[in-house]
Amino acid sequence: MSAKFAVRDLDVFYGRKQALRKVSLEIPEHQITALIGPSGCGKSSFLRCLNRMNDTIPNSRITGQAFLDERDIYGTDMDVVELRRRVGMVFQRPNPFPQSIYDNVAFGPRVLGARQFGRLDEVVETSLRGASLWDEVKDVLHHNALSLSLGQQQRLCIARVIAVRPEVILMDEPASALDPIATLKIEDLMHALVEDYTIIIVTHNMQQAARVSEQTAFFMVDDDQVGVLVEYGPTREIFTHPRDARTEGYVTGRFG
Amino acid sequence: MMTSPVDRREPIKLGAFLIEWFVRLAGLSTIGFVILIFFFLLREGIPALFEVPLSNLFGTAWYPTFGYYGTIPLILGSLLVTLTAVVIALPLGIASAVFVREVAPNWVREVLKPLIEVLAGIPSVVLGFFGMTILVPAIRTLLNIPTGLTAFSGALVLAYMALPTIISVAEDALDAVPKSYRDAGLAMGATRWQTIWRVVVPAARSGIVTAVMLGLGRAIGETMAVMMITGNAARMPLGLDALFKPVRTMTATVAAEMGEVAQGSVHYHVLFGIGIILFLVTFVINLFAAKSIFKKRYRGGLR
Ligand SMILES: Nc1ncnc2c1ncn2[C@@H]1O[C@H](COP(=O)(O)OP(=O)(O)OP(=O)(O)O)[C@@H](O)[C@H]1O
Ligand SMILES: [Mg+2]
Repeated sequence: MSAKFAVRDLDVFYGRKQALRKVSLEIPEHQITALIGPSGCGKSSFLRCLNRMNDTIPNSRITGQAFLDERDIYGTDMDVVELRRRVGMVFQRPNPFPQSIYDNVAFGPRVLGARQFGRLDEVVETSLRGASLWDEVKDVLHHNALSLSLGQQQRLCIARVIAVRPEVILMDEPASALDPIATLKIEDLMHALVEDYTIIIVTHNMQQAARVSEQTAFFMVDDDQVGVLVEYGPTREIFTHPRDARTEGYVTGRFG
Repeated sequence: MMTSPVDRREPIKLGAFLIEWFVRLAGLSTIGFVILIFFFLLREGIPALFEVPLSNLFGTAWYPTFGYYGTIPLILGSLLVTLTAVVIALPLGIASAVFVREVAPNWVREVLKPLIEVLAGIPSVVLGFFGMTILVPAIRTLLNIPTGLTAFSGALVLAYMALPTIISVAEDALDAVPKSYRDAGLAMGATRWQTIWRVVVPAARSGIVTAVMLGLGRAIGETMAVMMITGNAARMPLGLDALFKPVRTMTATVAAEMGEVAQGSVHYHVLFGIGIILFLVTFVINLFAAKSIFKKRYRGGLR
């Protein structure tokens, strides 16, 4: 299996507070990798390192290395705009822009230079189809995106991301604000998307991790309240034969 | 000692009742005053419609001493000065608001915000002084025209007066844009500037419209500074160079002439008629401003 991301000895700091220590792992291509762990253990921080969204947080600092296809994400020759096009992100709360559905999906192509993505109308349609939203919105493309239900908004955010044809989609608890049915739709969508994309999802929902992911990484804070990677491996292993007692405690619901 | 629930509830109920009525009365009295002012204006101004033929009233000559009461030059004068002011203040105001909220480092913002509020409080007569002694001569020499007392000078000062309002209201609107929109923009690979112009500013659109409306409302009603520096020539501001010639606005006319007219005279009634026009114009502008504020609330609820 080829690694999409390779992370080595990654530390993340916010000011003087260290959020992650010495995280090393390799994330395979075209699979769904789940990041689980109790609140505050640095899952989101880890995720934000992969598209350098941590750069937008004042006082944040990282050391260590992270590679995308063997290219240093923090290297001087890495263009952040290009990185973020290749590594898209879906947030916990659906955050479509208060613009039309069409404009939301067209945002990325417009900003990055529409020409390289083909005809805008087609991009919008393919992306909405890709996010299983087309049939629901094809007649209201010019309505405000905020008039959609939360679940639809989240799928719109996914459509917005895939409009720029990324290679990776990072999802930070994408279903935690949604009802069970909307959640299942997102999970089905992930299964469909993994054909073309590498997906990394943070989730608090143990069943969700078990349902959707091939690999699972379990994070936890150590005695200094710094997040560490406790265990990482195939999801089945993590849930049925965890090697670490802390992992076992967490996945069986004894704490966290 | 314990008081029984009944003892405690009674005075609170009465207090709440009194407060509720006080608030209601205060609110109603505001509406009452507005209506009262409007009727007063109507009573004093409507007779002009019967005393002066419409063709004269909406003619192009304003020489009250000789019985010419054409208000068109005054209306156009006001429009010219006000709209020019808005055209100047709008881009400056939005750019400043974007700078203060999105670009400036924290300490600069801490200094700028109170400064802007101080600007808003400068009495207009002081700005008038400034305009007369510095701006007007500067414009005369720079543009090499016979007098610096022009519509343009007035518009500049008005723009300056409207700016603080526009900046602070627009800045609040930008501030109210949720961080999640910015994150989404940045995560899509948009640069900071693209995120500002394509995400944050459009999301704050209704608040920015409100800002401009409030600035416009302030500009059109402004009297003192305008009277001091626009030259007050009641001529038709037609032609491309009208901006660089003296004009007279509605407000300046009322302020300058009200003291000298006999109460109940035709001239007096016409001046009140001008007051009615001003009242209606500001009323409509504020209505638009209120509408966009309302829209913003509605959107806020959906976030
Ligand atoms: N912007 C920030 N500024 C300062 N500290 C931060 C910031 N973001 C996160 N932290 C701190 O870093 C640590 C890890 O936070 P992070 O959000 O990555 O955890 P998480 O595992 O995603 O938690 P949750 O499950 O609650 O989302 C926490 O102690 C948090 O307080
Ligand atoms: Mg998180």
